[in-house]
Amino acid sequence: MRRIYNRVERIAGNVISVRAQNVSYRELAQVASGRGVSLTQVIRLQGDMVSLQVFEGARGIATNAEVRFLGHPMRTAFSSALLGRVFTGSGAPRDRGPVLDENLTDIGGPSVNPAKRIIPRRMIRTGIPMIDVFNTLVESQKLPVFSVAGEPYNPLLARIAMQAEVDIIILGGMGLKHDDYLYFRDTLEENGALSRSILFIHTAADPTVECLMVPDISLAVAERFALQGKRVLVLLTDMTNFADALKEIAITMEQIPSNRGYPGDLYSQLAARYEKAVDFDGAGSITTLAATTMPGDDVTHPVPDNTGYITEGQFYLRNGRIEPFGSLSRLKQLVNGKTRADHRTIMNSMIQLYASYRESLEKMSMGFRMSDWDRKLIKYGERFEKEMMDLNVNIPLEKALDLGWIIMADCFEPAETGIPTRMIEQFWPKK
Amino acid sequence: MTASHGKIAGINGNMLTVEFDGPVIQNEVAYPVLNDLRLKAEVIRIRGAQADLQVFEDTTGLRVGGPVEFTGELLSVELGPGLLGQVFDGLQNPLPELAEKCGFFLQRGTYLEALPRGRKWEFKPAAGQGAAVRAGDVLGSVAEGMFTHQIMVPFNLPGRYTVREIAAPGSYTVEQPVATLDDGASRAQVTMLQRWPVKLPITRYAERLRPTEQLVTKIRILDSFFPVTRGGTYCIPGPFGAGKTVLQQLTSRHADVDVVIVAACGERAGEVVETIREFPKLKDPRTGLSLMERTIIVCNTSSMPVAAREASVYTAVTLAEYYRQMGLNVLLLADSTSRWAQALREMSGRLEEIPGDEAFPAYLESVIASFYERAGIVRLNDGRLGSVTIGGTVSPAGGNFEEPVTQATLKVVGAFHGLSRERSDARRYPAIHPLDSWSKYPSLIPEDQLMLARRMLRDGNDVNQMMKVVGEEGTAIEDFIVYLKSEYIDAVYLQQDAYDEVDGATPADRQKHMFERLYSVLMARMHFKDKAGARKFFQALTQATKDWNRIPMDSDEFKAAERRITQMLAEVTPNA
Ligand SMILES: Nc1ncnc2c1ncn2[C@@H]1O[C@H](COP(=O)(O)OP(=O)(O)O)[C@@H](O)[C@H]1O
Ligand SMILES: [Mg+2]
Repeated sequence: MRRIYNRVERIAGNVISVRAQNVSYRELAQVASGRGVSLTQVIRLQGDMVSLQVFEGARGIATNAEVRFLGHPMRTAFSSALLGRVFTGSGAPRDRGPVLDENLTDIGGPSVNPAKRIIPRRMIRTGIPMIDVFNTLVESQKLPVFSVAGEPYNPLLARIAMQAEVDIIILGGMGLKHDDYLYFRDTLEENGALSRSILFIHTAADPTVECLMVPDISLAVAERFALQGKRVLVLLTDMTNFADALKEIAITMEQIPSNRGYPGDLYSQLAARYEKAVDFDGAGSITTLAATTMPGDDVTHPVPDNTGYITEGQFYLRNGRIEPFGSLSRLKQLVNGKTRADHRTIMNSMIQLYASYRESLEKMSMGFRMSDWDRKLIKYGERFEKEMMDLNVNIPLEKALDLGWIIMADCFEPAETGIPTRMIEQFWPKK
Repeated sequence: MTASHGKIAGINGNMLTVEFDGPVIQNEVAYPVLNDLRLKAEVIRIRGAQADLQVFEDTTGLRVGGPVEFTGELLSVELGPGLLGQVFDGLQNPLPELAEKCGFFLQRGTYLEALPRGRKWEFKPAAGQGAAVRAGDVLGSVAEGMFTHQIMVPFNLPGRYTVREIAAPGSYTVEQPVATLDDGASRAQVTMLQRWPVKLPITRYAERLRPTEQLVTKIRILDSFFPVTRGGTYCIPGPFGAGKTVLQQLTSRHADVDVVIVAACGERAGEVVETIREFPKLKDPRTGLSLMERTIIVCNTSSMPVAAREASVYTAVTLAEYYRQMGLNVLLLADSTSRWAQALREMSGRLEEIPGDEAFPAYLESVIASFYERAGIVRLNDGRLGSVTIGGTVSPAGGNFEEPVTQATLKVVGAFHGLSRERSDARRYPAIHPLDSWSKYPSLIPEDQLMLARRMLRDGNDVNQMMKVVGEEGTAIEDFIVYLKSEYIDAVYLQQDAYDEVDGATPADRQKHMFERLYSVLMARMHFKDKAGARKFFQALTQATKDWNRIPMDSDEFKAAERRITQMLAEVTPNA
C-alpha cells in the first residue's frame, strides 16, 4: 500500500492537504521540511483529500514535501523509565536521555465508565488556609487556578505539588516560559521529587500548535500509572495556551467560531482532558491542577468560562492571594464533614462575615460614617486578610480552624456571627 | 424492508458523509463498520445520493471508502419492566453491565440490551379474552419494586384490537408473549418489551390538562416563592458554581413524585457518581425503600461522545413518558440543557448550516420548545392521571442570561429559577435570585402573606441600594427596619442549609407553619432606640430562628424554640 506522497495541494496556517488513499481518521503522518521532520495528524477526510495539522507549524513546508503516513494515531511509550525524564509535547526526549518506545499506548483514549468511578474521599492537605479550610482540595479533583498573567500561579502549583502526598507528579507545560520550566525542574529536584516526576514540556519558544498534544500525552501516562494503583498529580500550565492553539486550528479550517473566535466545541475539547481526573474503583487516582490565565482578568472570557463549567471548582488567584469570592472547591463537602466538627461552620461564617466586611469597606471608601458594626467588620476583615488569606501563611488545617475562632472572638459577640448556638457553646473561645 | 448500504465519502470529527444506494430514512440508525466494530450513527441530513451521519462514537480509524450499514429503523429505546434503578448512557446502554464487560473504560461499538432478558416477572393479566383495546390500554401488570408496572398494548399499534389470547398468571421474561391481539386483518403478539423512537412523543392518552397541582420539593424558596407543578416545566439558569447541580440533586431526593429520571447531560461524571453511589443507601421517606428504586439515571457526561449527548435527553424524556402512561407522576431533571444545545451547535457547524446567534443553529428555539412540550399532566384513556414534569438547568456563557439557550428556554417554561453569582459568592444558598425569578404556578402559601413578603424583599433591596448612596446615617429608622426585615426573610427562609438533615428539607406543612411566624415578624410594628439596637435585635432573632430551623418539627424543643422567638418579638413590639 502506498504510504508516501510527494505533493502538498494546499498549505494554510498550520494545516496542509494532500491527496491520498486509505488514510484513517486521526492517523499520524510525518512531513519533511527544510527544518527536519514534523509530525502531523489527520483532522479531515473529504474524498481523497486529506487535511493534516502540523504540530511543529507549517512554516518552511514545500509543495513537494514528502508526506509519510504512519498508520497509527498518536501514542506514547509507557514504563517506569519515564520517571525523572523530560520530553516534548510529542514525547521526544528534551533531556539527554534515550528515546523511549516500549509499551506504546494510544493517547486521548476513551472515557472512564462512570460506573467504575468512586466518590472521592481523601483530602489533600496543602497548609494553605484558603485551600484547606475554605476550598478543600480532594484527591482526584480537577481544579484550575484562574489568574492574570504575572500572578504566582506556577509557584502555587509547585508548592501544592510538594506538599501533597502523591506517588507520581506529571507536569505538562504549554507555552511555558523557559525560566518557569527550570523553576519547576529545580523545585522538584531540591525536594527530591524529580525521580517520581515526568515532564512534558512545550515552551513559549516552540510552535504554538505543538502544545496541543501536551494534555493528552500527560494524561495518558497518568492514566496508566493510576491503573497500576498509583496516586498521580498532573499539573497543566497554561491551559489558555492549549485553547488558543485549538482556536488557531479551527480558524484555519474555516470553522464557524462561537465566541471570540473560539470553536463551538471548546467545551467538549477541554472536558475531554479534564474529565480524565478520576478516582478508580479498585485502582489509583488522577488529580489535575491547571493554570488558566485570564486575558484581561475577565472570568467570562471563553477559556476560563468553559473551564469553570467543567472543573470541580477553581482557585482564583489575585494580588498574590486566593480570593474567597470566585474560588470554590466543589468537592469540599465530601471531606470537610469528617475533618473536625467546626470545619463547615468556620468555612461558612468567616466568608459571610468577610462579605459584610467588603460592604463596609465600600461604605468607608464612599466617605460614610462608620457604625460600630462597620468598625467591627473592618477590624475582622483586616485580620482575616493578614492571618488567613496571605499565601505566606503555612499552617495545618486544625491550627487554621483554631485561629478562625480566635479572630472571630476578638472581633464579635457570638450572636453577631450567625453561628448556631450549639457550635458557639462548644467552640467559642472563653475569655 | 431491506436496509441500504453505503460507503464513507468524508470524515469531519464525528460527522460522516456517506454515499448510499437504496432508500434511506431521515434519523434512521446506521453503522459504519471498522474491522469488527460497528459504530452506531444517526442520519441527520440527506442530499442526493449522500447522507450525513452523526456518529455516537469516536471516529478515529475510519477511512474513506469504508462500509456503512443502514438499518431502516429510527433511534429507539426499550420500554418494559426493569428500567427503574438502572444507570444508562445516552443510548440506553446499561453502564454497570458495560463495565463488567469492558472494564474501566467505555469501549466504542459495544452495545448492550437495556432490559435484562433472563429476569422473570410475575405477570397478572387484567384484560379479558375478547376485550376491545387500543395502544396504551392495560393488558396486565407486574410488580416493579414499589410500583405496579402496567403492561400496555404497544404504543406503535395503530387502530383497535380484540384480545385473542392473554397469558395466565405466572412468571415470564420480557421477551415471552403475554397476549395476542387481532385487528380483524392480522394478529399481533405482545411481549412486555416494546420499542419507541426517542424523538417522537408518546401520546397514547385521552387529553392533556392544565398543570395545577403543586409538586413539593421541600426547598422553601421554590415551594413558597417560585413553585413548580406536576406536569409543569421550569428552568434553572446560572453561572458555573452558583448551585444548579446541587439544586437538582436536592430535588431528585426530596421531590414528591413517583419516579425521578436524572438526565446528566454533558456535565461532570463525578456528579453522577455521587447519585449512583448514594441513592441505593438513601431511604425514600414515602416508601421506606431506597431512592434508587424510584430513579433512572441517563448519563452522558462531558467526555462521552457528543452526539450521544443530544440523544440522551430524548432517551430520558421517552422513559419519563412511558411511566406517565402508567398513571405515575414523573420528574425529569436535565443537567444541563446547554450542553445538549452545544451538541446541536457542533453538528450544525459541521453541516455548514447558516448560523444564528453565537453560532447556534437557527432552529434552536423550536427544538427547545418541542422538548419542554413533552412535559404535561394527562388524563389516560381509563381516566387516571399521569404527569411528566421537566426541570432543566441552563449554563449560559459568561453567566449572562441574554444568550440564545436561556432566552429560548424562558419563552417556553412555566417557572424561572435564576441563580445569581452575587448570592453564591455571599454563600446565600440556594442562590436563586428572589427578585428576578418567577413562576406562573400557584404557591402553597396564602396569597396575601406571600405578597407582603415579596414586597418586603423588594423594598428592603431598594433601601439597601439607597444606603449605598446616602449611607446608613441618611436612612430613616423605619426604612432601616424594612431592610433588616428583608434580610431576615432571606437568612431564615430563603436560605436553607442543604447539608443539615432537618433544615435541608422542609415539608409543606412546616413551610406553612414557618411562614405564619415569618408573617408575624414582618407585620410587627417594632420600636428601637437606634439603628444599632435594631441591628442587634435582628441578629439575635436570626440566630434564634436558624436554630429553630434545625429542630425536628414534632418535638418539644421545637415548641420551646418557637416560644423564644415569640417572646423576643413581644419585647420590641410594646403596643401589640
Ligand atoms: N444549596 C447549597 N448549599 C450549600 N452549598 C451549595 C449549595 N448549592 C451550591 N453549593 C456549593 O456550590 C458548589 C457548586 O454548586 P453546583 O450545584 O455544582 O454549581 P453549578 O451546577 O451551578 O455549577 C457546590 O459544590 C457547593 O459547594
Ligand atoms: Mg452543575
